Amino acid sequence: MTAALALGDDALVLSHRLGEWAGQAPVLEEEVALANIALDLLGQARFLLSMAGDEDELAYLREERAFRNLQLAEQPNGDFAHTIARQLYFSTYQQLLYAELAAGEGPFAPLAAKAVKEVTYHRDHAEQWTLRLGDGTETSHERMRRACEALWKFTGEMFQPVEGLDADWAGLDRRWQESVADVLGRATLPLPEGPRTGAWSAGAGRQGLHTEPFGRMLAEMQHLHRSHPGASW
Amino acid sequence: MATAAPQRTARTQAAGAPDTVDTAAYQHAFDAAVAADERIEPRDWMPDAYRATLVRQIAQHAHSEIIGMQPEANWITRAPSLRRKAILMAKVQDEAGHGLYLYSAAETLGTGRDELLDKLHSGRQKYSSIFNYPTLTWADVGAIGWLVDGAAITNQVPLCRCSYGPYARAMVRICKEESFHQRQGYELLLALSKGTPEQHAMAQDAVDRWWWPSLMMFGPPDDASQHSAQSMEWKIKRHSNDELRQRFVDICVPQAESLGLTLPDPDLRWNEERGHHDFGPIDWTEFWEVLKGNGPCNEQRITQRRRAHDEGAWVREAAAAHAAKHTGTTSGTADTTGETEAERA
Repeated sequence: MTAALALGDDALVLSHRLGEWAGQAPVLEEEVALANIALDLLGQARFLLSMAGDEDELAYLREERAFRNLQLAEQPNGDFAHTIARQLYFSTYQQLLYAELAAGEGPFAPLAAKAVKEVTYHRDHAEQWTLRLGDGTETSHERMRRACEALWKFTGEMFQPVEGLDADWAGLDRRWQESVADVLGRATLPLPEGPRTGAWSAGAGRQGLHTEPFGRMLAEMQHLHRSHPGASW
Repeated sequence: MATAAPQRTARTQAAGAPDTVDTAAYQHAFDAAVAADERIEPRDWMPDAYRATLVRQIAQHAHSEIIGMQPEANWITRAPSLRRKAILMAKVQDEAGHGLYLYSAAETLGTGRDELLDKLHSGRQKYSSIFNYPTLTWADVGAIGWLVDGAAITNQVPLCRCSYGPYARAMVRICKEESFHQRQGYELLLALSKGTPEQHAMAQDAVDRWWWPSLMMFGPPDDASQHSAQSMEWKIKRHSNDELRQRFVDICVPQAESLGLTLPDPDLRWNEERGHHDFGPIDWTEFWEVLKGNGPCNEQRITQRRRAHDEGAWVREAAAAHAAKHTGTTSGTADTTGETEAERA
């Protein structure tokens, strides 16, 4: 179930990153919102990983090279602008993909039909913050611009075909670019230029090639579970 | 209550009355409403000291929810199963929500969230001493749910009948969620207690460390509690600290037994005559030290809270600037003083 792992790992890893915000958000309302999104994603991850096997074995006992998530999802939180840029790029992708999967008849249609409602909220949240930060103060504009540029090189990977997922990848990519360009335009932000994948790593995360911070993230996530082999919690 | 309607009208009309008006009649109406177990509402006249006491108590309660996110958030990224991780994330999210309800309740008394947060950050207002203890193992998450939330519920259920309406209504909503958290904490400890020997030891160690601090959550003994008598007269408080503490001990003893865990008190035993459990002396020196800022995590907790606030200043300023450009008003989530936080700092 390569496809279930790919989608499940995206949700698991991004949920973990958002969980790191707990107690650190700029306003209380964002404590609630970021945790809410993290919980939705964790719910999706549990469903998808369970399609592929045992959710806890898959989450806690695989090593870095066996994870199939996008490199975008594993990127460190950075400042609030980086977190929002990552959310905008990812949730736009997820919304378009899940809408397409929900309309089909594949094994992911039931999950996608439920998840697309959550993901629409996530995208709206990211869009609203992109507008506030991009078209807010000079400082916030500059931070948001930098964040969008820094993460741009991870966006191409999202549209590499995933084995077992029947989707119009080129069409998804086109609609993704239109949607993101529209939001950034309204936020008075330039659409980043330059390559959308790293020079040597096209399709990397899906093949188990990750960025350096990911290993540390897994070390923290898996430590307790691995310290008590066979225990139940 | 129909019989009290004229009094309510008098109290309502008195709000905002000039200082020269003799307030004796309003005081009388207020006292009668409290005596009749009526709810005092935001636009009603109330004694200044009643208002100040409520602001202090509700703010401290709100701050406790916010600071209380930290010891548990400490384990979100290390939760040992996806189910437990989801439960813990949901709980920490609930706490942020409780903070929001409570700041709103405090705001009905004429203060503002920004002002209250300032007081928290500068140490002028306190939060519950329990959150100055560290979460050293995963089992601490369970001990917090069972004991800390259990103590909080014992304290808070009577507040659902508190004389101030907005606070009482916030507590009804909060207590429902807290009860859920408490059961989850208990269930987490039960899984550990019935698990491997290492897991059982982890659970016992956590209960050993959290038991006494949980008993301290009820506050100083009745003879040393400075606000108790007045709060009980105003029906903000319904039971004394020692009564609630005794109730909590009596509830926990059988629960510890069914968990298969012991409570770290050699003097703990059933007293047939009193119909209650006797328990050993609390280390009040430790309590006062933690309250004064000398507990294990006081500095860490407040530093993290201030850092989150300071590092978020540019985000709140952006939201306010965006709202001003697009609606001509400042955003509700942002500073409304017009002065930037950087300028104030």
